[in-house]
Amino acid sequence: MAKFKFHLLVCGGTGCRASASEEIFNNLKTIISDKGLDKDVQVIMTGCFGFCEKGPIVKVMPDNTFYTEVKPGDAREIIEEHIIKGRKVQRLLYTDPEKREHVSDSKHMGFYKKQLRIALRNCGFIDPENIDEYIAREGYQALGTCLSEHTPEQVIDIIKKAGLRGRGGAGFPTGLKWEITRKSVNEQKYVVCNADEGDPGAFMDRSILEGDPHSVIEAMAICGYCIGADKGLVYIRAEYPLAIERLKIAIKQSREYGLLGKDILGSGFNFDIELRYGAGAFVCGEETALIHSMEGLRGEPTLKPPFPSVSGYLGKPSNVNNVETFANIPVIINKGADWFSSIGTEKSKGTKVFALAGKINNVGLIEVPMGTTLREVIFEIGGGIKDGKKFKAVQTGGPSGGCLTEKHLDIPIDYENLVANGSMMGSGGMIVMDEDNCMVSIARFYLDFTIEESCGKCTPCRIGNKRLGEILDEIIKGNGTMEDLNKLRNLGQVIKDASLCGLGQTSPNPVLSTMDNFWDEYIAHVQDKKCPSGQCKALLQYIIDAEKCVGCTACARNCPVNAITGERKMAHLIDQSICIKCGACYERCKFDAIEIK
Amino acid sequence: MELIKLTIDNKPVEVQPGTTLLKAARQVGIEIPTMCYFDLGDMKIENKPGGCRLCVVEVEGRRNLAPACATDCTPGMVVRTHNLRVMNARRTIMELMLSDHPADCLICPKSGNCELQDMAHKLGIREIPFQGEKSTYRKDTSPAIIRDVDKCIMCRRCEMMCNEVQSVGALSGVNRGFMAVVAPAFEMNLEKSVCTYCGQCVSVCPTGALTEVDHTRNIIRALADPTKTVIVQTAPAVRAALGEEFGMEPGTLVTGKMAAALRRLGFKYVFDTDFAADLTIMEEGTELLGRLSAFLEGDKSVKLPILTSCCPGWVKFFETNFPEMLDIPSTAKSPQQMFGAIAKTYFANKINVDRKNLIVVSVMPCLAKKYECTRPEFSTDGDPDVNYSISTRELAHLIKQLNIDFDTLPEEDFDKPLGESTGAAVIFGTTGGVIEAAVRTAYEVYTGKQLEKVDFEQLRGLKSVRHATVDLNGFELHIGIAHGLGNARKLLEDIRAGKSQFHAIEIMACPGGCIGGGGQPFHHGHDSILKARQKAIYQEDVNKPLRKSHENPDIIKLYEEFLGKPLSEKSHHLLHTHYFDRSKQVIIND
Repeated sequence: MAKFKFHLLVCGGTGCRASASEEIFNNLKTIISDKGLDKDVQVIMTGCFGFCEKGPIVKVMPDNTFYTEVKPGDAREIIEEHIIKGRKVQRLLYTDPEKREHVSDSKHMGFYKKQLRIALRNCGFIDPENIDEYIAREGYQALGTCLSEHTPEQVIDIIKKAGLRGRGGAGFPTGLKWEITRKSVNEQKYVVCNADEGDPGAFMDRSILEGDPHSVIEAMAICGYCIGADKGLVYIRAEYPLAIERLKIAIKQSREYGLLGKDILGSGFNFDIELRYGAGAFVCGEETALIHSMEGLRGEPTLKPPFPSVSGYLGKPSNVNNVETFANIPVIINKGADWFSSIGTEKSKGTKVFALAGKINNVGLIEVPMGTTLREVIFEIGGGIKDGKKFKAVQTGGPSGGCLTEKHLDIPIDYENLVANGSMMGSGGMIVMDEDNCMVSIARFYLDFTIEESCGKCTPCRIGNKRLGEILDEIIKGNGTMEDLNKLRNLGQVIKDASLCGLGQTSPNPVLSTMDNFWDEYIAHVQDKKCPSGQCKALLQYIIDAEKCVGCTACARNCPVNAITGERKMAHLIDQSICIKCGACYERCKFDAIEIK
Repeated sequence: MELIKLTIDNKPVEVQPGTTLLKAARQVGIEIPTMCYFDLGDMKIENKPGGCRLCVVEVEGRRNLAPACATDCTPGMVVRTHNLRVMNARRTIMELMLSDHPADCLICPKSGNCELQDMAHKLGIREIPFQGEKSTYRKDTSPAIIRDVDKCIMCRRCEMMCNEVQSVGALSGVNRGFMAVVAPAFEMNLEKSVCTYCGQCVSVCPTGALTEVDHTRNIIRALADPTKTVIVQTAPAVRAALGEEFGMEPGTLVTGKMAAALRRLGFKYVFDTDFAADLTIMEEGTELLGRLSAFLEGDKSVKLPILTSCCPGWVKFFETNFPEMLDIPSTAKSPQQMFGAIAKTYFANKINVDRKNLIVVSVMPCLAKKYECTRPEFSTDGDPDVNYSISTRELAHLIKQLNIDFDTLPEEDFDKPLGESTGAAVIFGTTGGVIEAAVRTAYEVYTGKQLEKVDFEQLRGLKSVRHATVDLNGFELHIGIAHGLGNARKLLEDIRAGKSQFHAIEIMACPGGCIGGGGQPFHHGHDSILKARQKAIYQEDVNKPLRKSHENPDIIKLYEEFLGKPLSEKSHHLLHTHYFDRSKQVIIND
């Protein structure tokens, strides 16, 4: 095998690719070959580094130099300066926002310091399209150990002891699920990987599949060995073309290496994997809906029990786990249950991947031990709020999670704590809001998603969410009453209480949690007809300060509805009954005489 | 098996494992309201998607409320069916349902028979606190069924009937969220779909979302037209169910009152489809014997089993799904169409009325009959053999609209000649009846001997697929019976695979046969009603002095005076038909 002096790791995640990382990769390769450095320097396209805010990322190994916001034109400088002359390209290094100094090694960057990467261990390190690189990092060792040294029961025992819980959101103990599926008697069983990542803004599953597809394949095979299944199915959304492509390559390579197929590693165990494509319905992430979709039926949930572990795909026992859950499995086998369970909180072990988004400095994908506080995530890893604004809320758990506030910042993140405080883990979306966000509008915004994505099967979710949205619309328009607030709360609770599946049972969370935590904002909208954040257009008032107005008439001339009157060189006046709140006057006034209230 | 003990509303209950909370509660006299749930008992037709959520109850230790219809009892469960939390949820859900409903009860065809209306009343809903958008859709009118799915509450009963029971697959859930509704694929019109018009969707729809095309006004208009002679035929299953519309016990036979009512409505002649059923036996029975004789003589090209062809839903089903087998069913027209053909030739001649001025109305337990009489091959020069087909329900409406007090009507007879019939014709109204009627005649014709016992118990019952043998003088005739198109499909697939053992198969599209037809009074999920209707049909058979079709004197006369003999050229022309490949008639892009 070739030995290189340098490895250049170029991020090949979807985000960085969208910012021309492929061109950077090609440029680096061309220049290296022009300089005759092919034998010394290897360029690899890896999976996502997570620090999407500063992408495209190029990392130089072995010295761990982390270049950010690299452009295709920077390739030459990186080669000529760093590789040839040994001088780091200072301008491409990450700058610590507080200390204002360059940080070259990613280990010392705030974004990475507190992270612990288990599920994402190989993302950003290996070429996902090369099985050898996965094998070089202990890949398929766990499968080998399981097949040669452990009985299926022993493997299940390890997973149970490790305390791994489902990363798809509900947090069901993975080992127990495997055990139940193992005990379901049937000649045909299935391992199903849920890669129908539907939360807007969440992309951990995509990143794992794009960056480290073999870890999921290996885990599925281990699962198949444990439950007695010879067939695995990955239900993946068709909008993830890169993940699909890499998964396909990985499956092909695994087959070639005898790690999938008949008689794996001479153990007599057979296992193979097929892909099933989803059309992007959010509800198909719910396991029974997912199974129906795979069967070619309408993607809608059915009641549990029976659970898929007993009667799943085509009525056969099927073990459904999420991508991130699977990605944890090989490491647990390799490092042991004790190691894994030493990480995290009492009931939530290991790490969790979060997709940081919203009004936060470091947007990206992070993985932290369970029990890390929201404050650490938002202010240390996330680098705090954008533009120095004030933190207002963080929404966890995707569109049907709740909004947590300042007072929740120090709670250790785990499944129980998030639920106890009116939110949930979900798949790990984390959207940060600042003082400019109106919480009523935020609730309305999330509800829009669930209204759209409800399958329509049960009444509370189908009609209830629509009505919640309509009541919020009226409040945002300034037509809300106190009675509406009662209706909102009652309806929200009934939807949670009476809906068929997890989608409806959580969809009112954004409304209920913002009502709990930002009651005064609701009151302001309903009673004072004001939006404290100034986001709700209908509740705004454009008012001309007579002191500052010089009577230039610019506002009146630009008002599209002739709502502004006033003599030249005299203070002008806006007729509120005509004003459509377009903001044209505000933008035209050169004397700051127009205020928004 | 050990019984499961639980508590419902403080009452101890013991149930078999696998019992739902809903059924356990019923056991101790607690009736939990349901809407999407549907259970046709012994017919083994059940719908419990757990979608409407009206039946939610509180189960101690459970985070959210549980749907009673679809939650199995577990040991030690403590259940509350009407505490404040449950009542509030149930009321809110009902209010939500009503907030997305046109609420035009005053003019809705389902008013008075609507389960949504009943439930709103039961729950005491007096206002709808939610205003907002309503989901609206294009109204879809087919020859038999109207879809007004603004009124759909997504109970999915129709979908279950269409897919699971009938295996037709015309209806399924489409769209997402608030706009989710049950519709044909791509929301195309029913007429362009694989729908057979069996009407089972209509018969289980709890609201006015699915109703029949109503012809009552056309009939009132025709009856008032002095230039028209309006005559009527009534199908066998109608007399066993019509009484229900007037508050009579299910299974009450109202044959005489019905004839009296029709006469008071103004029909010039009140005839009986049973006459045509006897005629069907003559034609179809002869066809069966012909094919059998050929088969026994070693003719390899003969098509067996022969399939009955009196059910129009079934006919459209095999035309759509089994187009390569169009030569297997009997070519005999259905009794409705045989009646029309004879009425507009033989009878029109007899009373000297031009066929265009003779209006033939049929009263049917069926919605597919509405479609059948519009099929072009059943018209002569644009004049249909049967002008209007109305359902049992429509007849009841007509009687009510024309101020007739049904209860006090005298019992009257049908008119002659097209009103004479035998017991063999009456049993066409239930599953197994057509084949039993055929056997009664075939036996005597084939063996030349008199039947000692006309009742063939082995052909009766409500089991979905039945197999029986009849000894024809040493020759064992294998008979198959299926009701419900899903069951029919299984038999057809066996035939296609060359695995069928049968010589003759009777198929009825509707569960129970015509007694459970899509045009019958709504049974609202009570299988006891279907059983009572079936019993009444067999009672009517016993009541008849003549019980074999070939003994019907007016049928004998019809052959003597007009047709000659069964399968004669004239019979072929008037009483037989042919089938069309409809497998490619489903149009997706309009």
